[in-house]
Amino acid sequence: MKTETGPRRNGATRQTKFRIVRPTSAPDDLRIDPVLVERWLVRFLRDELVVARNIEKAVVGISGGVDSAVVAFLCARALGPENVLGVRMPYATSSPTSAKHGRLVIEKTGIHDLLVDITAAVDGYLAREPDADAQRRGNVMARVRMIVLFDQSAKIGGLPIGTGNKSERMFGYFTWHGDDSPPINPIGDLFKTQVWALARHLGVPRAIVEKPATADLIRGQTDEDDLGVTYAQADRILSRLLSGHDVADIIASGFSEKDVTLVKRRVDATHWKRHLATTAMLSNTAINEFYLRPVDY
Amino acid sequence: MKRRTQRVIKPLGIVPRPKPNGTRQPKPSIATSLALVQFAPTKGDIDANLAAIGDAFVALKRDRAPFPNVVVLPEACLSGYFVEGAVREVALTSDDLFNRLRRTAAKTLGASHPSFDIVAGFYEVDGGKLYNSALYATLGKDAAIRHVHRKLFLATYGVFDEERFVSRGRTIEAFDTPYGRAAILICEDACHSLSTTIAALRGAQILYIPSASPGRGLEDAEPANVRLWRDITRVAAAEHGIFIAYSGLLGFEGGKGFTGSSRLIGPFGDLRAEAPFDTPAILRVDVDPVDLAAARAALPMLGDLEANLAELTAMLDDEAALRPRPRQRPKPARRR
Repeated sequence: MKTETGPRRNGATRQTKFRIVRPTSAPDDLRIDPVLVERWLVRFLRDELVVARNIEKAVVGISGGVDSAVVAFLCARALGPENVLGVRMPYATSSPTSAKHGRLVIEKTGIHDLLVDITAAVDGYLAREPDADAQRRGNVMARVRMIVLFDQSAKIGGLPIGTGNKSERMFGYFTWHGDDSPPINPIGDLFKTQVWALARHLGVPRAIVEKPATADLIRGQTDEDDLGVTYAQADRILSRLLSGHDVADIIASGFSEKDVTLVKRRVDATHWKRHLATTAMLSNTAINEFYLRPVDY
Repeated sequence: MKRRTQRVIKPLGIVPRPKPNGTRQPKPSIATSLALVQFAPTKGDIDANLAAIGDAFVALKRDRAPFPNVVVLPEACLSGYFVEGAVREVALTSDDLFNRLRRTAAKTLGASHPSFDIVAGFYEVDGGKLYNSALYATLGKDAAIRHVHRKLFLATYGVFDEERFVSRGRTIEAFDTPYGRAAILICEDACHSLSTTIAALRGAQILYIPSASPGRGLEDAEPANVRLWRDITRVAAAEHGIFIAYSGLLGFEGGKGFTGSSRLIGPFGDLRAEAPFDTPAILRVDVDPVDLAAARAALPMLGDLEANLAELTAMLDDEAALRPRPRQRPKPARRR
């Protein structure tokens, strides 16, 4: 770009050469500093469990996936592995790879190990529901697993720790009052791609970080097949939606209309799953409407 | 109902004072010694939090440096910040807080302890109205409440919901202390440069900012809100040639983690010292009025502001006239 700054004494014009300066790289919506995030979440776990609730022990359901692996690593660092119980809860159809990776997490973290096969409990109920489809069966499994985690917590005087990530929570891709039940969740504000970044930093085995994410409720199932969009795309779309961009803006910035619409539709259809029960209000003292107290009061 | 679980009050670490900078040797005879205390309060338990403040007094008494002139505590440190509808249950009158602090000092330092000043953030009740306030008082000899600031800018967006639970303050005052003229702004009050401007124009030489800033933005080596507050306080100090003593709350409250980072900013906007963002600590720093005079001479921003004040005020009046004014109540008719 050139500009003229007026004649010089000899009549010649001086030219100023401008250098155009741009950001060296596009901002990454999903960037985290894994060192800081680890430090933050370890402190979160210590504060919320030990300081605020006077509880020293944690119970984590170990699925063999990356989310529960990250939570197990964080709990082991926050509380010491001797204060963390990892509970593996396979069902008859669970993948052998999940079982193998679950054992690997226990081994790497040094936390206590408990194997509880939920097949008998799940089938005991489902025997009277032979027509239950895969979704119903998956929900029953998720809720039975929570029964186990809460009961084991009561047994050892601990607290179950949640393993749901922000992508799943925004999609409503979880069993209500199932996997979202634990009272403390260190990774619920991290998108799946951020959980992967944190997992690499924490030293979660590569085989666990790099495999396709799956809820492992149905044989061969993967999250991305279920959702119809990759996490890499979905997380960027979610991040922009949550930051206040509208659908048209996001499509204009280069995302496919199909993906953006799908993500938006899933978020809009599942607001209810991110809340407690809807309670009829009849008074001026309705709990959480008028009577407002924070969770740690 | 308050939980009655035992909470261990962690010992407060003393952050070493920075070494004197080059030729600017501190003058202990003139300088005011500050202790900026950051700790995680026990939610809703005023007695436990007074005990934590007492622990800070003891740590300062045992420190190798003499007891500080002013102890600065964070916003809402008597109760925790997020208390929602429980504000009524944890709010104190300023007199009640003053008396409790006096008793805490006497209990932990002895009845004839050296006189010192204190800044403490608390939820205040006055005539049935609730405020997010900060007390400035002298404890020991000549004990007195010198000022109570009520937060004007009640954060009510995103994770914050202050305006639902407390009323807003209406004034920003400067006030005289044994250590010079001071003003207090609470957290978001100080995010608006006009607030600091008013405090400085009213003669404040030091601005105390009790704060409670929940950490967010973990994409770099420290939380983004810590960087933002450092920038805000540095710019405000340089713009007004004023010392800024920022004291930040600590601890997680319902998943929201506060980011201490108590700091002293010099009147050139220079960061003198800063405590960690996640550790209970007492930052010991000195404030020398000589620095204030030097800054106001070399960087006369406040003088320039005063020179342009009439025009700036007129422009502000013009802008204010374009906006809806608060509803005026009719004056009551005089009784005859």
